[in-house]
Amino acid sequence: MKRKLQNTTSKLWSAAAIVILLLLWQIVSAAGWVPDYMLPSPVDVVKAFISEFPLLMENARVTLAEAFLGLASGVVLGFVMAVLMDRFGRLYQALYPLVVITQTIPTVAIAPLLVLWFGYEMLPKVILIVIVTFFPITVGLLNGFKSADKDMMNLMRSMGAGNLQIFRYIKLPGAMSYFFASLRISASYAVVGAVISEWLGGFNGLGVYMTRVKKAFSFDKMFAVILLISAISLLLMKLVDLIQRKCMPWENKK
Amino acid sequence: MAELKVSNVSKSFDGKKILEDISIEIHENELVSLLGVSGGGKTTLFNVISGLISPDSGSVSLDGEDITSRPGNVSYMLQKDLLLPYRTVEDNVALPLLIKGEKKKAAREKVQPYFAEFGLEGTQKKYPAQLSGGMRQRAALLRTYMFSDRLALLDEPFSALDTLTKSAMHKWYLNVMEQIHLSTVFITHDIDEAILLSDRIYILGGTPGRIVDEIRIEEKKPRREDFNLTEEFLRYKRRILSKI
Repeated sequence: MKRKLQNTTSKLWSAAAIVILLLLWQIVSAAGWVPDYMLPSPVDVVKAFISEFPLLMENARVTLAEAFLGLASGVVLGFVMAVLMDRFGRLYQALYPLVVITQTIPTVAIAPLLVLWFGYEMLPKVILIVIVTFFPITVGLLNGFKSADKDMMNLMRSMGAGNLQIFRYIKLPGAMSYFFASLRISASYAVVGAVISEWLGGFNGLGVYMTRVKKAFSFDKMFAVILLISAISLLLMKLVDLIQRKCMPWENKK
Repeated sequence: MAELKVSNVSKSFDGKKILEDISIEIHENELVSLLGVSGGGKTTLFNVISGLISPDSGSVSLDGEDITSRPGNVSYMLQKDLLLPYRTVEDNVALPLLIKGEKKKAAREKVQPYFAEFGLEGTQKKYPAQLSGGMRQRAALLRTYMFSDRLALLDEPFSALDTLTKSAMHKWYLNVMEQIHLSTVFITHDIDEAILLSDRIYILGGTPGRIVDEIRIEEKKPRREDFNLTEEFLRYKRRILSKI
């Protein structure tokens, strides 16, 4: 009960901060300190959001499809790699540096190359998202597997458990919280990755829409799409939280 | 119930001898304590018996069958309960059965009757984090028993508990052991605990560890409440102290 109350008050504070920020922004715009075309007021942004809503949704569908497809493939790839690298020490030594290197290459630099190789359709975008999302999953899961209690594994061995059973009963469930922490990061990367890849070539999607309104200097629409992208990322993270709570019931019972 | 025989076991680590020529026997339905100072090789001997490490020489046999370096025959329980936080108590207890290849539902059904016997009624659907330390140790012992009703190895199972909980656990333990029949090796550095619970005590001493004495506790079971306040109890304790 007390915890719930604390939760509500902490939410109250963050809501207040956002409201105050929006108010300040509205005042700055309304007073004319910054010209409208450079910084549209929150009210203008909301208006643009409403008038552009059908178009935004149409583009969002494309971006979301790419993000989901990319994230799902990234999670599968990340999972498989983590399992193999945990099981085979040599594979870990061989692949770990490579995996790290893939993350040092700037996304913006490879996106045009992917477009060049795979065209303007969905494939290059999905590939880019896979590249950015598998990494947190692999690293998170590897840490999770490594954190498995040695005594527990010994006890399981003494009961005659094989590697597969130790994986199933100890390593995998023990790595769940690591997995979900990574999934939250990957989910937000997926949306941002999709938008970035759309900037650099494509026919529709929020990124394409963004470039278009930017070229038209419609900053109110620009802000509207930014708002939508943030909202989508937040919703995805919430969704991950929800799935986590479903998958890890023991966490809620402490 | 089973008979365990450890014959002439020696073990070194990095050239340092930990155990030298250890021979012990546990008869059917007997509770035997291994008493010794911390770091005296008790846990090494334990791992040899459970088959997790191989002795340099010597052998371990259970009911005449050689189980040296072969895990999967005897289970053990440690000071840490090692219950999996993400499984309910019943699923933790059923784990040994799942490892043996039983179906989840059958395993769950099989463990149910023991909850009452082990004083764990009502905890089936709870998670370990919702239980007290004493209750978690009970669940851990039940899991050990579900793995094997032949021989249990208990490595300082109650030493992480506070004094009051510990003595409540001793009473509970003696009680449970009246109902189930289980040959038990009990490791401890607590002399009172050893005298209170054991049929026999081996004292492990010196470096490398050797069996320096073997004491039979003649007091019949179930033991009276104030056994640890009697003159005999003190006599046993004096004898043990003179050897350690």
